[in-house]
Parts: sequence; structure tokens; C-alpha cells
Amino acid sequence: MKLTLKIWRQKNAKVKGTFVTYKMDDVAPEMSFLEMLDALNKKLVEEDKDPVAFDHDCREGICGSCGMYINGHPHGPVPAVTTCHLSMRYFKEGETIWIEPWRAKPFPVIKDLIVDRSAFDKIQIAGGFISINAGAAPEANSILAQKKKSDEAFDSSICIGCGACVAACKNASAMLFISAKISQFALLPQGRVEAKERVRAMVEKMDELGFGSCSNTGACEAECPKQIKLTNIARLNREYYKAY
Amino acid sequence: MGKLNSKIPDGPLAQKWTKYKASVKLVNPANKKKLEIIVVGTGLSGAGAASALGELGYSVKNFCYQDSPRRAHSVAAQGGINAAKNYQNDGDSVYRLFYDMIKGGDYRAREANVYRAAEVSNQVIDHFTALGVPFARDYGGTLDTRSFGGVQVSRTFYAKGQTGQQCLLGCYSSLNRQIKKGNVKMFPRREMLDLVVIDGKARGIITRNLLTGEIERHGAHAVVLATGGYGTIYYLSTLAVNSNASAAWKAHKKGAFFANPSFVQIHPTCVPQLNEFQSKLTLMSESLRNDGRVWVPKTKDDTRPANDIPEEERDYFLERRYPTFGNLVPRDVASRAAKERCDAGYGVGETKLAVNLDFSDAINKQGKKAIENKYGNLFEMYKTITGMDPYEEPMRIYPAGHYTMGGLWVDYELMTTIPGLYAIGESNFSDHGANRLGASSLMQAAGDGYFVLPNTISNYLADEIRVPKISTDKPEFAKAEKAAVERINKLMSIKGKQTAASFHKRLGKIMWDYVGMTRNEAGLKKALDMIRELRDEFWKDLNIPGTANELNMELDKAGRVADYFELTQLLITDALNRKESCGAHFREEYQTPDGEALRNDEEFAYVAAWEYIGEGKPHMLHKEELKFEEVEMKVRSYK
Amino acid sequence: MKSSHDKNLTVNISYPMNKHIFSSLSKKFMMALAGLFLLLFLPVHLIINLMLLKSVPEPFNRAAHFMATFPVIKIIEIVLFIAILIHIFWGIFLQIQNWLARPVGYAGGNKSETSFFSRFTIWTGSTILIFLVLHFINFYFIRLGLVPGHPENFYLTAHNLFKIPAYNYIYLVCFVLLGLHLFHAFSSAFRTLGLNHRIWTPVVNVVAWIYAILIPAGFAFISLTLWLFR
Repeated sequence: MKLTLKIWRQKNAKVKGTFVTYKMDDVAPEMSFLEMLDALNKKLVEEDKDPVAFDHDCREGICGSCGMYINGHPHGPVPAVTTCHLSMRYFKEGETIWIEPWRAKPFPVIKDLIVDRSAFDKIQIAGGFISINAGAAPEANSILAQKKKSDEAFDSSICIGCGACVAACKNASAMLFISAKISQFALLPQGRVEAKERVRAMVEKMDELGFGSCSNTGACEAECPKQIKLTNIARLNREYYKAY
Repeated sequence: MGKLNSKIPDGPLAQKWTKYKASVKLVNPANKKKLEIIVVGTGLSGAGAASALGELGYSVKNFCYQDSPRRAHSVAAQGGINAAKNYQNDGDSVYRLFYDMIKGGDYRAREANVYRAAEVSNQVIDHFTALGVPFARDYGGTLDTRSFGGVQVSRTFYAKGQTGQQCLLGCYSSLNRQIKKGNVKMFPRREMLDLVVIDGKARGIITRNLLTGEIERHGAHAVVLATGGYGTIYYLSTLAVNSNASAAWKAHKKGAFFANPSFVQIHPTCVPQLNEFQSKLTLMSESLRNDGRVWVPKTKDDTRPANDIPEEERDYFLERRYPTFGNLVPRDVASRAAKERCDAGYGVGETKLAVNLDFSDAINKQGKKAIENKYGNLFEMYKTITGMDPYEEPMRIYPAGHYTMGGLWVDYELMTTIPGLYAIGESNFSDHGANRLGASSLMQAAGDGYFVLPNTISNYLADEIRVPKISTDKPEFAKAEKAAVERINKLMSIKGKQTAASFHKRLGKIMWDYVGMTRNEAGLKKALDMIRELRDEFWKDLNIPGTANELNMELDKAGRVADYFELTQLLITDALNRKESCGAHFREEYQTPDGEALRNDEEFAYVAAWEYIGEGKPHMLHKEELKFEEVEMKVRSYK
Repeated sequence: MKSSHDKNLTVNISYPMNKHIFSSLSKKFMMALAGLFLLLFLPVHLIINLMLLKSVPEPFNRAAHFMATFPVIKIIEIVLFIAILIHIFWGIFLQIQNWLARPVGYAGGNKSETSFFSRFTIWTGSTILIFLVLHFINFYFIRLGLVPGHPENFYLTAHNLFKIPAYNYIYLVCFVLLGLHLFHAFSSAFRTLGLNHRIWTPVVNVVAWIYAILIPAGFAFISLTLWLFR
């Protein structure tokens, strides 16, 4: 497969970036998107040129490291996959592919396609936990949780923190990310105890970091590689007003 | 025995841990704040230890190479986490879990450590549940369990196929709580370049800030390595592509013994390699073998699509060879059996390096819905990667490098041979012997981090309370930093042609071919030579563009590969030394007539702990004899 | 005893309520509440306007007079104005914040699948604002005496205005945009208020569709009838 790549190259946070065009001549359809970039980087390194920097680690769609904005979509045009799982067979012969970093004020570009997502950690640090010390836990089965609610909590808790929701949202809002964590804990009895403090602290941190607000466009839900649902956002809102 | 003192407490096995905790030295709460502890790694053991130590009041500094602690590779564990709760009333107990681990590890693990791991497993489940980990539940609201490869009880707690992720996020949340409280300071995107040893004690680390290239010094009263395994030594493995052995290897070169490096688990159910560019082999949870049947065609080079091969022409080789356990034999056994069939020419797929994992019987019996409920996300993942639908045709699977039972040698307190340096989780060697049973890695890692280390470290730190904050101006820090910088400069100045990844790939291929699921003396020796040659080529023809004073991922990779060139040699040395087949270590020379592993308990019932004695010199072997007081060593049979 | 007292104190200090009144979620809450109130107002307005279709001016003028003078309505009118102001003010404020949250856009465009009209709420909203101003000039300011006209006979005013084709064009365009705004806004407001339900949310969404078509269509029907058939 022959492809034309338009990749955002930016040496570091201080300098301006630009799109650079690369021609790829022998892309195999079985490659993953990152393996395609590996091939490009191999070529660049052999020519003693700076390879394209991108975050990646597990390459099985669970660590949340990878993430780039491909042809107008976070993680590319295929729903429910991360970039590392995006197969090249979804692209057409001769296609031009635009590859950009996440764009959001709280996610400044570090280099090329790498952005600083520590804002997500800061939000979790603000309140994304249940306060219990090791050793203080009661017998596991002494906390009974409705199966239905527990399953729902699981569906919210599978967020991988990749940032696609922020990247997709026209407002660069982090509401889906936060609502997933809030929902997980709100749905479990052990999480209810400090539900109020948690939701206030996390929302406050979110605002402070400069994320936009939610206008219910649904882009986050459409692009989330783990298919986290918008209903979580409604729950976050509810939890927040309850915490007044 | 010499330098090895495993410090196993006296008394009956079941009372050792209780007794130890009751008599261990403690640190006064007021003194804890003054004591600094470095924890490297943020997986289940690292984040667990950092938060538990933070909760106790120590000043903790926690490091990881990822951009966030939430991405440590514990996140990718799928199947579950074991505990001896006996919620199913099926005869489980701490003793049975301990026994299964000892047997599963082919009698090459230390009894006392394994028993303790089984003991704290229940606390781990209590703690994770309290932290809000959404484990699967039954309608009555209690926790559900499932059975997992190699055992006959149902003791595996799970959160669909994402148990590792859920447990890790639990650890991450408790870590965040301590970061907020100021007890833990987080240093992401840092690579540990060296360990600093002062007067024989671990006193700090040298790191590289992966964003800026800055070399940093960090001092502490104790250093904890929770840096995982070295499965990426095969290049293609189920590990994260950036997982590496460098931190542990550097500690080893500073005096920490490395134990049983040749014990590497090859996981039987992975998506096979599809092409040469592949960077990663994805694990398909072992739980699939609960319902999937493994088979290959009975005729060689059968190219018919799986569904066109009639029942009588299929060889369900695990059921044939192991009628008692069938498809549920432990990982090492299943992997070798698959390799045996493929080597004999019965493999399926274009590469012929795959076997079928068939769900059609299960779908017929239980219905598609039931199978979807259990494995839906795994089936989806398989389809995403391969484009094939496991509901319609069998999955193709093949073994891949997965978990390293070997690691830094530690005593009962999880301390390495360097005082003040601890190794926890996968980075130590202690609990899994020669083979790990499914769902016991999360258990051990979390147990080590949350419940073992916080109790044992005080025994060392109690004597450190008069030691002031470790100054990083000491000459040992300067020396270690200088060595680290020199090595970076050396790597940068090669200016050859090839990428670090291409060397890594070739190294991995040698390892896989000669030091993989089966080994023999000639092959091991050949690999040793080939690796030496490749290493020389590496140091002549590597290229790293850019500079060392910036984000430079090629440099990161090169450093890790350079360390692998050294570790592979020790791994092979260990494999050559162990003239027996046990667990994951299968020497072709030592097998029964029907192809099963032949252990040699008279000569090899020991832990091989290797000491580094200098560049270019052969490692020195220290043996820790394994004494089995509770269990009798038997032939591990799953037939 | 002292320590538990201290604990309570810290909790209160870390989360003073006033900080949360101006959080993004609180702003959204105010906007949604105000918006829902405005949604109540529109059908009332439509019912009164339907009287314009009668051949005699009295019923409409009487209704208009009632609306302008009845004390309770007066109070509701104030609430209505506050609602409009809150809705507009926070709407624009949040929009600006949202724009600032993404200083650099995407070269490859943003092709994420979204509820289509949600992308343009600020623009549909702004156009409605212009419409509102026009509306004020034509009617409300007359009532206040700021603009010359016949405050006692809006029936006539309306009939005269809708004789002008340009007026009808502007109104029709605005009705369409109002419809688009409502399409998204109705169900969006419910989510913002945290009102989400397995059964009721789909019902709300259907009602939103019907409402967003019916209300603008009703207004359009009146203006078209006045223009073409009277």
C-alpha cells in the first residue's frame, strides 16, 4: 500500500510546529497504525533524521498511552479501538492521512505527537479515590453490592485515560473522563461514603485546569475507545448537584 | 550457602508470618516522616508499596517511565487474581493455594514465601474491594469467582477480562490519595539508570528525565524495585513494548544477586505473529481454555479452513495427552505441547505457527449469549487484531513470552543481597518457582506491595532512624552519575546505521529460537556466541539521531537493549547450568520417554543466585538449597 | 475531641459552597434551568399568537393586555427576563471558555460523530438573540413607550408587519434556527440537570423532537398566514 502521511512535527513545547509530508511505499494492510509509524521511524533513524515521537506502551489497547488524531478522529476513523489496535487495512491505497496530536489547552504538546496529559492525573489526585488504608478493609463479602450496579460501575471504570474524549470534544471538555470515575465510585456502596467531597474536588480541579464545559454533543462517547457512555455525564451532574 | 541468608523465621509454616510480624522491629511514627524511601515502578506492587508506605507516614518518592503511574503494565493482566477465600465452599484454603503454587512452580520456590503470599491473598481481595475495584458479583451482592488453569478449585476473582486494569486503577487511586496528602512524591517519565550504594547500603538512584534528558540524583534510606519482568527479552512478548530489565540489571551489577533468570514463562494463548513488522503479541486470557478446545489437523500441512476439517480428522492434543486436566493444563505444559505439534508440521495458518482454539462446542452447548458474556471483550479484541470472528471459526493461538519467574534474589523480608534494596512483585524471584499459575501474579504483586514489604521494611529502617537525609552530593552519587552519563555518551557516539529496535528484534529471535520453550546445550551455546556477535555489532553500528539532552526515545530503547545483551548471557548461563527440566525450563536432554519434563531433585533443588563480579568475568553461582518441610516433592503430572 | 473538631473544620474549609456556585457545572445548571423555563414560555406565546389568525383584533389584544398588566404575569415576566439574561450570559461566557480550551484547532478537521445540531448551538442561539432584539423593537419597546406605535393594538401592528415580505423572510429563517436550537437544547438540558433515566430519557428525546418541530412550525404558520392570506 502506498500512503501519504501529513504528520505534525514540533521539536519541543517552545518552538512552533508544522506538518511534514512523508511518503510510505510499502505499508502492509496487516500492520497496526503504530507499526506503520515504526516503519517510518526505522527509515528516518537509518537516514539519521529525528524519528516521529509518539507515546505508546502496551500495544494492546489497555494502557492508554497511545493516542493521536488521525484524519479528523482521535484514534482514527474506526470506532472503539485505540491507535495501537487500529489496523492499516482500514485505509485505502493512495490515501493521505493527517496525523496530529491531541489539541487542548490542558494538554500542551511536548514533542510531535506527544502531549502532556498530567492534567488527568491531577484530577484523579484531587479526589479519584476511596480513602482507606491498607489493612483497614473489612471482609470483602461484608460489603454487598447489587450485581447490576456493580456491572455498571465496571462499565464506567474501564476508562484508560487516553484523552480521546477531550481531543474529540469541540470544547475540549474532560467531563466523560471525570464522570467515568465518579460513576464507578457512586455506583458502589464503598464509594458513597465520600461521594460529595470527591465530586466537588474533581470538578473544581477540572475547572482550574482549563478544560471546556460539556455541551452534550456526544463526540466523546462516539470516539471513546472503551465506549464509555454519556449517561455517566448525567450521573456526574446529578452527583454534583447532590453535593451542594 | 555462603552469602545467602534467606532469613526464614523459625516455627511451623503457618505461623511464620504471624510470628515474624509480632517480633519485627518497628519505626516510631515520628521518625517515619524523616525516613525517605524510593519506589521504582507503579504497577500493582510498586503503587501498592508506595501508597502503603505513604499511609504509614514514610516520605516516599515513586518513579515510573510512563507518563502516568496508571499505565504500568499490570494494567494488561486479564484473567483474574487468586485468593484463598473459599467462598465457593469447594475445599479451598490458604494451605491449598500454597500447595498449588508450590506444585505449579515445580518445587523450585521457597515454601515460606509462597505460604505467606497465599496468606495475604485474602487481605488483598478485601483491600481491593474496599478501594472500589468492581470485581464480578453474584446476584446476592457477594463476590463471584471462576476457576483458572492448573487448579481444581474456583478461587479466581475477576473483573471481566480486565482484572489487571481494575486492580491497577485501585492501586493508582490509593497512590493518588497519598500524593494528595504529600506523603508520596511522584516522578513520572523517569528511567532509573543506576543504583547508588554507599557503605554497602542502597542509598539512592540515578534517573534520566525522559522529557528533558536531565540526569537526576535521588537519595533515600531505602530503595524498592518494583520494576517488573524482562519478558521483552524475546522482543515479541505479551509485555508492554517499553517494559525492560534495566533497573533490576543495574541493581544486579551493583551487587544484588539475580536468581533463576532462565525461568521465563511462555504463555500458551496469544494471538500468533502475523507478519514481520509485528511489535507485540497480544495475550488472549487463559480463561478461554475453560471453554475452548485446542486442536490441530491430524494430517500434516493440512491447508483446509478449520471449519472444513471433520471432527474425526482433528487432533485435540491436550485432551489426548493429558486426559485428567485436558485443556486446563498449566501454561508451561500447554505451550510446549503446542510447540511440539507445530514443530512436527501440524500447525495452522499461513505461518504454520499456530494451533486452533475452538469454541464451537461451547457455543453449541451453552449458547452464543453465554460465551459472549464470558469472553465478549476478548473475542472483539481478537477480531480487531486479526479480522477473524471467533464465533464463526476457531481462534488461532500460539505461545508467547509472558512472565519471568526469575528475578532479583530476595530473602524472606524481600530484601536483595544489597542491604536496603528491596525487590517486589515480578522483579523478584521468590514465589512462583519454575512456573507461575494463572491469576497469581496480581496476587503476589499486590500482596508484596501492600502487605508484605510495609511490614518487613521497618525491620531495616528501625536501625536507620539516626541516619540523616541522604545527601546527593556524596561522591558515590557523583560516580554513579558519571558512569551513567558516560554510557549515554558512548551510545550516542556510535553513529552507525541501525536502529535499537532492529537489534532488539534480532536478539529476540535468537532468544526465541534457542532459549524459548525448549532448550538444549548445543542451542544454548550457539545462542551465546550469536548474541556476543550481535552485541559487538550493536556497539559498532547503532544509530541514535538527536542529542541526549532532550526527549529521545531511540536513546531510551538503546540503553534497554544494551542491558538485554548482558542479561541474555546470564539467562543462558543459568539455562546451561540447570541440567534438568522443571516448569518453564525445559531441557530437551532431560525428558521422559513420552516427552514430559524430567526434574532432578537430587542435584537441582536449589535457587541459582548469580553474583556479578565484574565486566567480562563469569558470574559466580550461589545456591540456596530449597528445603521442603511441608510438601513432598512429587512428579508434577497433569495426565 | 480536638482532633475530630479539626477534621470537620478542614472539610468545611476545603469545600466552601460559594466556590461551587461559579463552577462550570453550576453555570451549566443555571443555563439549563433558565432554558427549560424559556421552553415553558414559548407555547404560551404561541397560543396567544394563534389569536392573530382570528379576523377580529379583540381576543388577541385582550390577551396581550392581560399579559402586560396582570400582576402575577408581571412577576413571571421578570423571571423570564432573568432567565433570558442568565441563559445568554452564561451561554456566551462558557462558549468563550470553551474556545479558549482549544487554542489550536485540527488541520484534519473534527469529524467525530456528534448530535449534529449541538455543534451550532452558539450560532443558532446568537441568531435568535438578534431576532429577540428585533422583536423587542417591534413590540415590547412600544409597550414601554420607547418606540412610537400602538401599544393597545398589537393585533394591528402584527398584521402590518407581516405584510412586509422582508419581515417574513427574517422571521422564517429565525424560526428554523430556533427549531435547530431546540432540537439539541431540550434533551441536553435534561442531561445537564442530571436527569437521566432508562425509560424516561428516550421519552424526553421524542418530546424534544416534537416540540422542536411543532413550536417553530406554529409560529411560522401564523406569519405565513398573515402574509399570504390576510
